[in-house]
Amino acid sequence: MTVKTNRLGGSALTVLTWIVALLFVFPVIWMVVTSFKHEVDAATDPPTFAFTPTLEQFTTILDRGFLPYLANSAFVTVLSTLLVLLLGVPAAYALSLAPVKQTSNALGFFLSTKMLPIVAAIIPLYVISQNLGMLDNVWALIVLYAGMNLPLAVWMMRSFFLEVPTEMIEAARVDGAKLPTVLYRVILPVVAPGIAATALICVIFSWTEFFYAVNLTAAQAGTVPVFLVGFITSEGLFWAQLSAAALLASLPVMIVGWIAQNHLVRGLSMGAVK
Amino acid sequence: MTAVVEAPPSPEPPSTRTRAQQRSSAWKRRAPLLPALLFTIAVTQVPFLVTVFYSFQSWNMVRPGSQHFVGFDNYVDVFTDSVFLGALGNTVTITVVCVLVAMLLGLGLALLLDRQFLGRGIVRTLLITPFLILPAAGALLWKTTMFDPTYGLLNWAFGIEVEWLSDYPLAAVMTQIVWQWTPFMMLLILAGLQAQSREVLEAAQVDGAGRWRTFVSITLPQLSRYLQLAVLLGAIYIVNSFDAIYLMTQGGPGTASTNLPYYIYQRAFEGFDVGQSSAMGVVVVALTLIVATFALRLMFRAFDVSRGVK
Repeated sequence: MTVKTNRLGGSALTVLTWIVALLFVFPVIWMVVTSFKHEVDAATDPPTFAFTPTLEQFTTILDRGFLPYLANSAFVTVLSTLLVLLLGVPAAYALSLAPVKQTSNALGFFLSTKMLPIVAAIIPLYVISQNLGMLDNVWALIVLYAGMNLPLAVWMMRSFFLEVPTEMIEAARVDGAKLPTVLYRVILPVVAPGIAATALICVIFSWTEFFYAVNLTAAQAGTVPVFLVGFITSEGLFWAQLSAAALLASLPVMIVGWIAQNHLVRGLSMGAVK
Repeated sequence: MTAVVEAPPSPEPPSTRTRAQQRSSAWKRRAPLLPALLFTIAVTQVPFLVTVFYSFQSWNMVRPGSQHFVGFDNYVDVFTDSVFLGALGNTVTITVVCVLVAMLLGLGLALLLDRQFLGRGIVRTLLITPFLILPAAGALLWKTTMFDPTYGLLNWAFGIEVEWLSDYPLAAVMTQIVWQWTPFMMLLILAGLQAQSREVLEAAQVDGAGRWRTFVSITLPQLSRYLQLAVLLGAIYIVNSFDAIYLMTQGGPGTASTNLPYYIYQRAFEGFDVGQSSAMGVVVVALTLIVATFALRLMFRAFDVSRGVK
């Protein structure tokens, strides 16, 4: 009896979960649908559900010069993430496996920079970039995004480094292994998934960043969010085109996120609790 | 800080040679940390110090040579500026409401996902998607396809005619932000739920605890660290919300949905008033630091950062 009601309740819950999920993600589904519409079918009352699909919007977006923005986004995201790892991995090591004495001070400092609202630094950054001739330059974004993601990255990777069993390191040392060998053979295999998860978070935050991009770049170094700003004035007129642009702009990070969602879960929980 | 740096007192004063060795080994340990530390200081702290300097200047970018020292004038202006105070209020409202609502929705969704059912992987993939959509894209899509008074899906679905963005601008912006951040909260809370020990849960059931009782007495306390982390990280990002306001309402109508990041942006890049916008930036940092001091303390307790320090 109880088993039966449980099963019934279970399938009702499953149906409910599906409905909630579909409703929640509906704006995204609608974006995908709209991106395949002709402009006449995009903004109608009532909404159009049956229509002849077209790829017209995607070709229009590409004609409007979307690719350079996409290339900028990819370049900035990859390089700033590499810079974060280059600086962050040693720092995380120094705060976990071979800890310096002021570990909690250093960690507190990294975290506190995250509390600093980015608006508080935008004016000097603008003036400095202008004086250095770095306005509308991808390298300015690379450096700033690395600064933006580094604190969180150090903090996350430290948690992963702490999971390396110290006995393993000591055993390797006793066997006469030098530090580089220990790093490469013992520590790296354990922390690699954590580093991947950290990199993924950095990729998402760099790809989607808006404030620095809008204020410090324009036609030359603009990233995909900057391309989308072009649609702010054409509201209500080009919904299908906007949907196609939104889809193309989000697709890379959507695919990466979908494939690596298990890493994402682990990365977000930061291995902080065992 | 110095108290931490001092070596613990040793019974015998070490000879100079070992002390030198100790010092060099301390530097060896610090070496991997230094590049990250110096980089972070250069990219985040130095610009802020410059902001502090600018905040004592009267300087309009479109009038070259107008820069001069004015003491605390900018700060006086900031605190008597009703738009600034309104923006401060909006920032607090957006942050508190969005963090709480996103966390509750995230908790609900995580609980729904924390069981075996047909298509669980697909449902989770669907649910995390709003977090992976470009926030700029999400904001523009909500503004047009959802909130548009004539062609928007919301008015059509509910059979109403509401001018969402002009009648309820703050609520509209918050809806988009909550939609964006709920998956993030859900993922964190789901990780917490899945870290629960099955044996404890089963033991509670054997002892006759109902579902609700088990949730309140076992699951929630176990989740509290994850919830704290979710609140802290969510607040850090949501307090800086800019995309949604810039793209959906432009802070309007009037200044009804202007928050601090957007107002500072307006003063700096539309009003070209470096001095005043810098003073606002400094005030925002001061306020954030006050709140963050409490949050940080909370977090250090929650995550026991001293772990791993030998």
